[in-house]
Amino acid sequence: MADKTRGMFAPVLFPYALCREIVDELGAQALFLLDSARLIFAGFGQFPKIVRQIYFIGVQSVTVIALIGLFTGMVMGMQLYFALSLFGADGFLGAGVALSMVRELAPVLTAIMLTGRAGSAMTAEIGIMRISEQIDALTIMDINPVRYLVAPKVAASIISFPILTAFFDLIAMWGGWLTGVKLLGANAGVYWSRVQSSLDWDDIEGGFIKAVVFGLLVCTICCFEGYYTHTRSGHAGPEGVSQSTTNAVVKSCVVILAADYILTSLLW
Amino acid sequence: MNGAPSIRTQDLAVGYGGTPVVSDLNIEFPGGKLSMIVGGSGCGKSTVIKHILQLHTPISGKIFIGGHDTSSMPPRQARCIRQRSGVLFQDGALLGSLRLKDNVALPLREHTRLKEAQVMEIVRDRLEMVGLDHAMDLFPNELSGGMRKRAGLARALVMDPRMLFCDEPTSGLDPIMSAELDQLLLEMMRRFDMTMVVVTHDLASMRSLADHVVILGEGHCLYEGSIDDLEKTQDPYLRHFLDRKTEERDAPRLTLPPLDPSMFKDDCSALLGDTTLRKDER
Repeated sequence: MADKTRGMFAPVLFPYALCREIVDELGAQALFLLDSARLIFAGFGQFPKIVRQIYFIGVQSVTVIALIGLFTGMVMGMQLYFALSLFGADGFLGAGVALSMVRELAPVLTAIMLTGRAGSAMTAEIGIMRISEQIDALTIMDINPVRYLVAPKVAASIISFPILTAFFDLIAMWGGWLTGVKLLGANAGVYWSRVQSSLDWDDIEGGFIKAVVFGLLVCTICCFEGYYTHTRSGHAGPEGVSQSTTNAVVKSCVVILAADYILTSLLW
Repeated sequence: MNGAPSIRTQDLAVGYGGTPVVSDLNIEFPGGKLSMIVGGSGCGKSTVIKHILQLHTPISGKIFIGGHDTSSMPPRQARCIRQRSGVLFQDGALLGSLRLKDNVALPLREHTRLKEAQVMEIVRDRLEMVGLDHAMDLFPNELSGGMRKRAGLARALVMDPRMLFCDEPTSGLDPIMSAELDQLLLEMMRRFDMTMVVVTHDLASMRSLADHVVILGEGHCLYEGSIDDLEKTQDPYLRHFLDRKTEERDAPRLTLPPLDPSMFKDDCSALLGDTTLRKDER
């Protein structure tokens, strides 16, 4: 009888169950983030771990961010030059490149690149530690695994994402200058003067806020997926870790773009 | 607390996702003795240990450590118990990013006020005890399986534990190395006054080490008592288990004929001979 009733209401119950699952997971991730953020300041022992993570997330990503920034800037310089010169407005090239980079492209592309390079590695590392009982070993030694493993990554992300975003901004503007000015012949003085005059503090602050928020989101999602890899039904062991890593990257990218829309609406 | 604490379970049911693996468990691991949990694969030996260590919450029932109920224990007391419990996991569970010396030093650095020189002195002593003082600077992936287990034991012992839990310490080791590890566990028992619980299905280890034996099977405790009484048992399941006999119904049988050599995509019969025929058919 109960089965019959459940079958009858299945079309209603399925969306309900799905919504409940999503809300449950969001709640769990929010608590996970709060816990790890609180534990960043749990003693001086955290400092060397944070420095190590900054090296891994930040320093080791410099080359890839420089390359992506350079090519993005070069493409923007070229496309904007062609579009603006149709109206005789190629003098606004610097403003176009600078505003699009600082407000939108640099925070989003940096976050997506860091998800692929560092976020996936975080999920895989924590996931492997979970399935090889290393996290259980930490718990039994009365070492809080969230404090030991996750909190330094969260702190390092908050520090590294904005710095790499700023670095992306600079390289991309230089890339725009390379194609727009050096290759296509726009005026160099006008380009740099428009870069300077079009950007105000709100733009830079907005880009910085976006970078910090993306850093928190990417780190939380990636660490959460790895930490709870053993609860993934139907996927145990290495397969579970690979599934968690894929999920972490996909979720992070979607969340970055969704959060970008919300932040853009709120900030400007 | 005087002497090593005893561990007792009362109507304990443990499992995952609400499904019990072992239930109605009323056993006691006496303080200061070496107890062994024995049973077939998948009977819930490691699950019981993980619940005693509070890595999972029991479905029902209680666990008492040194007479204190762990479910109603204040967090501070629970932390004390965890800090003074050592665990040797099946594969050592060493942190892959830390050198051996840092793995062993980790609990000391986290929970004591010792200076770095004192920490390293203790680390060196424990690694010397397990014969790994020469490998202090190696990473876990540079160690063999046996070395990883001994390193795990060194880490488990570094806080002078009052309870030591070993999850299948001899699995995957050759007989000589297994005997060496057994010997090492006995030495640790003599040196430290502690309660040791070892999960195993190695009968040789059980016979040479155990003061107290618990046998699990069919979802509950089949035997609890001394090794001498166990050897005298006439219970059919226990006898099969102890004598390593297979039951008639479980005896493996080859019912299918061997594969025709022509069915293999790569024909290796000239190289290896016709390996698919059974000895009696050649």
